[in-house]
Amino acid sequence: MVEAENKRDAVYFKFVGELDESCALKVKDYMDDVIEDTKIKKFVMDLKKLTFMDSTGIGILIGRYKKITKKNGVVFITDPQPVVDKVLTLSGIYQIMPKIEE
Amino acid sequence: MDNRLYIKVPAISENEAFLRNVVAAFCVPLNPTVEQIDDIKTAVSEAVTNCVVHAYGKEKGDIEVEAYAKDGVIHIRVTDFGKGITDIKKAVSPYFTSAGEAERAGIGFTVMKTFMDGLEVFNNPSGGLSVNMWKNMLKEV
Repeated sequence: MVEAENKRDAVYFKFVGELDESCALKVKDYMDDVIEDTKIKKFVMDLKKLTFMDSTGIGILIGRYKKITKKNGVVFITDPQPVVDKVLTLSGIYQIMPKIEE
Repeated sequence: MDNRLYIKVPAISENEAFLRNVVAAFCVPLNPTVEQIDDIKTAVSEAVTNCVVHAYGKEKGDIEVEAYAKDGVIHIRVTDFGKGITDIKKAVSPYFTSAGEAERAGIGFTVMKTFMDGLEVFNNPSGGLSVNMWKNMLKEV
């Protein structure tokens, strides 16, 4: 699942466990509420504790990216584990959400 | 001894984690690397997600997963009994999705193709779709 935390100038979405279809709706709703409610423009997807994700997760991230950029925000990804990094790299998502070091 | 996995469960998203982990556990005697296991888990998850999301619409149905190993190659088949795919060539092409506005990346088959060594997708004569995929576990990754 996912939890939001304000840190410095950004909203951090901290993912924990596994991300697939079974929790997709809950994750989307939670993130959309946070994106809607905040005035902060910078978002970081913190994937340090995400142990698995398939392309359903890519769809979720791209959907949130669209909502954030509509509000003139920016999105970054940080700290993906190798299993998750491989899917992210294949998807080409780093072209729109650059990977940053924490 | 020839071992074989056969399992049939309802096509619900709660079974995605179960099925990818069952197949991963089945592969353990082949001494896989962590990356090989990750690849297989991700590929199985994509195939199963397709069944859960696309195969049955609002109807209920089952997913069948079979696996066996031969000469160091793991063979996996994921089958549903749903509506099948009219244009398979289009469906397997990157970034195609039939899901419209549902925020699908459209790369499920691309992930399967990339993470495995081979992929076949076909409609069964009796209805539904099968995905055959295989991976050579003796190959260094």
